[in-house]
Amino acid sequence: MTSLVSIKNLYKKFPIHGDLLDQISFSGGKFHLKHEYVHAINGVNLDVDKGEALCVVGESGCGKSTVARTVMGLLSPSSGEIQYNGQRIDNLSPTAMMPYRRKMQMIFQNPYASLNPRMTITQALEEPVRWHQPKLNTAEVKEKVAEVMASVGIDPSWGVRFPHEFSGGQRQRISIARALIVDPEFIVADEPISALDVSIQAQVLNLLMDAREQRELTYLFITHDLSVVEHFGTRVAVMYLGALCEVAPTRKLFSSPKHPYTQALLSAIPRLEDEKPDFIRLKGEVPTPVNLPSGCVFHGRCPHANERCKQEIPKLLDVDGTRVACHAVEEKRLG
Amino acid sequence: MALLEVKNLEVKFGLRTGEVTALRDISFTLDRGQRLGIVGESGAGKSVAAFSILNLISRPGYISGGEILFDGKDLAKLSTKEMRYIRGNRISMIFQDPMMTLNPVLTVGDQMVECLQAHTKINREEARRISLEKLKLVQIPSPEKRLDQYPHELSGGMKQRIIIAIALLLNPDIIIADEPTTALDVTIQAEIMDLLLELCTSQNLGLILITHDLGVVSQVTEQAIVMYAGRIIEQGPTKEIINDAQHPYTQGLINALPQQGIPGERLNQIRGSMPPLHRIPQGCAFHPRCDYADAICEKELPGFTQSGGCQAACHLVAGRIALKAKAEETH
Repeated sequence: MTSLVSIKNLYKKFPIHGDLLDQISFSGGKFHLKHEYVHAINGVNLDVDKGEALCVVGESGCGKSTVARTVMGLLSPSSGEIQYNGQRIDNLSPTAMMPYRRKMQMIFQNPYASLNPRMTITQALEEPVRWHQPKLNTAEVKEKVAEVMASVGIDPSWGVRFPHEFSGGQRQRISIARALIVDPEFIVADEPISALDVSIQAQVLNLLMDAREQRELTYLFITHDLSVVEHFGTRVAVMYLGALCEVAPTRKLFSSPKHPYTQALLSAIPRLEDEKPDFIRLKGEVPTPVNLPSGCVFHGRCPHANERCKQEIPKLLDVDGTRVACHAVEEKRLG
Repeated sequence: MALLEVKNLEVKFGLRTGEVTALRDISFTLDRGQRLGIVGESGAGKSVAAFSILNLISRPGYISGGEILFDGKDLAKLSTKEMRYIRGNRISMIFQDPMMTLNPVLTVGDQMVECLQAHTKINREEARRISLEKLKLVQIPSPEKRLDQYPHELSGGMKQRIIIAIALLLNPDIIIADEPTTALDVTIQAEIMDLLLELCTSQNLGLILITHDLGVVSQVTEQAIVMYAGRIIEQGPTKEIINDAQHPYTQGLINALPQQGIPGERLNQIRGSMPPLHRIPQGCAFHPRCDYADAICEKELPGFTQSGGCQAACHLVAGRIALKAKAEETH
């Protein structure tokens, strides 16, 4: 299978040291400048294959949204590359980036914030078409907007309304329509259903699945909800503190999770058939991404950590069809 | 008699355009040691129900009918002063967002001492000793250190533990937890839920857990209430509701969960969305979204029908039970 989007050795850090005066510190009789960074992504390698729905899961602060934004070119990587169809895109000029912007679209988490409150739905949907396909005349644009609106289950006659007149689920449908309207190949969805109610979540997930089938879309789906992943994803990447722990086909990951963090995460899903909370208890809390732990980022909380885990950063290695970054798995101490 | 008995509670909000009824006909009971879950989507009225128990509904909302009997007294009729004795002391509340609940300019210890001193005549040392004891109870790591820390120095999970500790300070009979883990990650959520469950058993607390997550309800509670558009539509033992829901809405809600679906297949969705309170349809509020809706559903508000241990407000269930009874009679 060919990969549509490749993330190659991606690093992203955000400076938090402020401007010059904030950086100055005094110690040992000398002034020096202090530089501090949040290390949001630390060496992520990930290929998104054509036609798949790759889900990136992890807890808040693990860098999953940063990955999404860097792939889309909304953030530029500190080092590493993003490739689209084999072509490097992270260093392109805005003009050179234009054709890729049409092929890659994003759906955001909060439909209350992602639609312009002062534009009607028709205006909001027409804008990207006019921008990306200037050759279309007014009638053709209108026809396209109506067609996409109908396909996401929004009555085209509602186009004259403003976003505040719609419910959360309807707004998210409109955001999806706005992404689909330029006929993209690749969609990055950053927690698209987290702000919605259960019955509406199901509607929006179904819509996204239908769109994938009809338009042969490829998804990079960012979420913290593992039960959605189990249902929606074809492949899952689990992130912890800016690094990938495990990448595996969905069924494989849920039936035999290898990484100790994945195991803990899966055990914490509240399931209907559970009698009481039953989960693998991790010690401590997620360390700060400002001062990353040495070696494996998970070692401080891992029940299987040894000396090597504290020193050496584990690589993603193939273990029976799963790619997992864990010394314990590699040394066959685990699973 | 049960410790807390809510009878036909009705809450209205007066708006410029007229009054809307946010809650109607809410009845349930709770004793020490019992755990009750209230489930529903946003706008179903589950938080209003929780707030009205503590008489925390502020204008333009008011309790327009029904009784909230606690220890035989009607909380809706108490004076502000009498109510202050109940709040935090006999019934305490845990709110959704741990970041918003704690005062950012006071240390954890100060907030706990303040709460104790507001309710009891107690000196600072004694109050700190009790605070420390409660922090240990919620299994917070290095509790001595936490007393002198500010909320921003703590993680979300730890903040929620502290809020639970504050709720426990005065040994209440009942704790109301309004979406206590919605703002937290799954692994932290599991820990907090486990803690709440353990505390309820060890301290013999009554718990009202408000959540939209059916998985959490099934893990933690014994009794459950499902709400839709301001009314209870189904209530009964949690196990029965989860395994054998009677009301089409409850069934739909359970079937819409991704963990109930076949991976890769379409999910069973409920069409449409919940109506806003000022546009609740006539008859059964769920009928425009219901696959089984009949002519009667459009006209008549369904009453409760007993089915097994559950009660469901649905004409369909009523019809089914009536048929069954008839069949048994002729048998």
